[in-house]
Amino acid sequence: MFVSKFLCMSDRIREKLSILADAAKYDVSCSSSGSNRKNDNKGLGNGHSSGICHTYTEDGRCVSLLKILLTNHCIYDCLFCVSRRSNDIKRAAFTVDEVVDLTMNFYRRNYIEGLFLSSGIFKNADFTMERLLLVCKKLRLEHKYNGYIHLKTIPGASEDLIREAGLYADRMSINLEMPTEAGLKLLAPEKNHEDVIKPLDFVNKQMIQLTEEKKLIKHTPKFVPAGQSTQMVIGATPESDKDIMYTANAFYKNFALKRVYYSGYVPISNDTRMPVLGTQPPLLRENRLYQTDWLMRFYGFKVQEILNDANPNLDVDIDPKLSWAIRNMQHFPVDINTSDYKMILRIPGIGVMSAQKIVQARKFGKLRIDQLKKIGVSYNRAKHFIVCADSPYQLRDYQGTQIKAFILAESQSKYLKTDNNQMLLF
Amino acid sequence: MIYIFDGSLAGLLTAIFEWFEHKPGKVTLKSISLFQPEAFAESFTVITDAEKSDRVWAGLQKKIKKDWLRKFYCSYLSEIPEAYNHLFYFAVYIFQNESGAENNYGNEHVIALAKYAKSVEREKHRMEAFIRFQKTGDGMFYAGVDPDFNVLPLISNHFKNRYADQQWIIYDLKRKYGLYYNLNAVEEITISFEKNVNKANPASILMDEKEELYSVLWKDYFKSTNIVARKNTKLHIQHVPKRYWKYLTEKQLS
Repeated sequence: MFVSKFLCMSDRIREKLSILADAAKYDVSCSSSGSNRKNDNKGLGNGHSSGICHTYTEDGRCVSLLKILLTNHCIYDCLFCVSRRSNDIKRAAFTVDEVVDLTMNFYRRNYIEGLFLSSGIFKNADFTMERLLLVCKKLRLEHKYNGYIHLKTIPGASEDLIREAGLYADRMSINLEMPTEAGLKLLAPEKNHEDVIKPLDFVNKQMIQLTEEKKLIKHTPKFVPAGQSTQMVIGATPESDKDIMYTANAFYKNFALKRVYYSGYVPISNDTRMPVLGTQPPLLRENRLYQTDWLMRFYGFKVQEILNDANPNLDVDIDPKLSWAIRNMQHFPVDINTSDYKMILRIPGIGVMSAQKIVQARKFGKLRIDQLKKIGVSYNRAKHFIVCADSPYQLRDYQGTQIKAFILAESQSKYLKTDNNQMLLF
Repeated sequence: MIYIFDGSLAGLLTAIFEWFEHKPGKVTLKSISLFQPEAFAESFTVITDAEKSDRVWAGLQKKIKKDWLRKFYCSYLSEIPEAYNHLFYFAVYIFQNESGAENNYGNEHVIALAKYAKSVEREKHRMEAFIRFQKTGDGMFYAGVDPDFNVLPLISNHFKNRYADQQWIIYDLKRKYGLYYNLNAVEEITISFEKNVNKANPASILMDEKEELYSVLWKDYFKSTNIVARKNTKLHIQHVPKRYWKYLTEKQLS
């Protein structure tokens, strides 16, 4: 059988890739959107404004970038991290050229939208950041690569290095890890939130300054066009959903982040300060947190409306939008044909696209149930909260708890493990 | 009354012109490739005419904005028989009403075109995502595809802009035509394949000597990114339906 000579010589690169991709996967950001970088130098590649998911893992997550660590050697010993210095695992390091070569060849074959480059911290923050910066410069300047680059900001790196990196990267990010300072101190005493806040603030201020300059000077350079993001690990420490989302809200507001990611903790040790090996990652909780994040960013909700001292944790059996509606029945029923857009967005079973279509379509005549269904409204859910042109006359006013029971009884949710056998007689 | 047209976009637009000229009342539009004569139905064959179809297209451009012109074009590319009728009646509806009528999502044709266009755009996006090039021995990057809808016209620009410094071919195996980029422009081509050639995955002896290595590295990478504790096959298949697995290097067994 013909075996390519390159395969034998390249067992080492295959081993490096397996180790360093495996170590990088817990940083869940997969976004490749937000860059309008054009290929105007007859080079290779361009950005795609909405990003492209080139494949999906067997656990359903999108893979759009080559996500690797430059090295998994690290001087820190954070309890939740598989690459912590006291963990006995295989260590490896790519050369700058190896990363550039992999990126270019995967990109040419349309496997990826670009590169996501992180690293363990070896020697010190600046030494590490310089190497990351060198990869970016080689790609952009020597290889005329215009595809997506997501670069991790190394906590503690100097401002000059961070500023230069921003000229070549599309997105930069740095992870909060734990939602509160106390949580972080418990598991990573060598780290603190200040080291994360400083660079987020610095990059944000640079971005604002360059946007101002662009109004006066035409040729200001691109600087982190796809913005910044951060990540919190969920479930390694006992913070409530309220703690998590209030932190997320503060970071969105103060640093104009594009995204906050919530990564369910996957146990990597038997240290009893955290969930031990074999504990299931909190996937349902993670899902509910993302739903809350979406309500804050696209549906006009304030975080205090969904989570507060009276409700510090999200409902498990229903999504946060339905949960809010049931706790606030005084706003319903909403008349589909007359209420304003902001209120239509709050109806359970109606998403942003449907809400927009409703507002446009009702200019031509009052909408009926069959039309709402065609538009894509989940009518079975929404019917408890709306009236439209041909809604049936209701003899009774139902309580929030009764409506919740109706919806759960009909629900096909994958999270409902037990059958709901309630029969309500009325 | 049945209007038969030749299946082309110009033919469809000519049919609309004819309807406004003759006003025959209710009409069903059928493509000639799918037409079967019915005993009691009158039929009229539309002869495609460039001038008439240009006038209809110009008329549409005056009435609806670019995004709806694109939805119209995408619905046509779906090649779904029922879509032709909806396209026809959508155009009639647009011409007979005020500007802005395309926002009436209460109208069945508006909704139908919105849905067809969405499916076609989704397939286009999937092709941009799932096409995997293989580098042949003479430096050409080749990909054989078989999309649900005729999306090659829609993906041409994306690949031309992105892969400006390499020659590439994307070949629609079902529709038997393809796109070839020669470092300057994109041309339409047809390839006559030898018998028994595997058109989706050409034999390894034709490939560039490092192709196998990169293919293997990609499979390694794909395996490494998986988090076993979060396994969710249903979600995986929802995002990557099985009919696309034949394109994906990472899903090939060898």
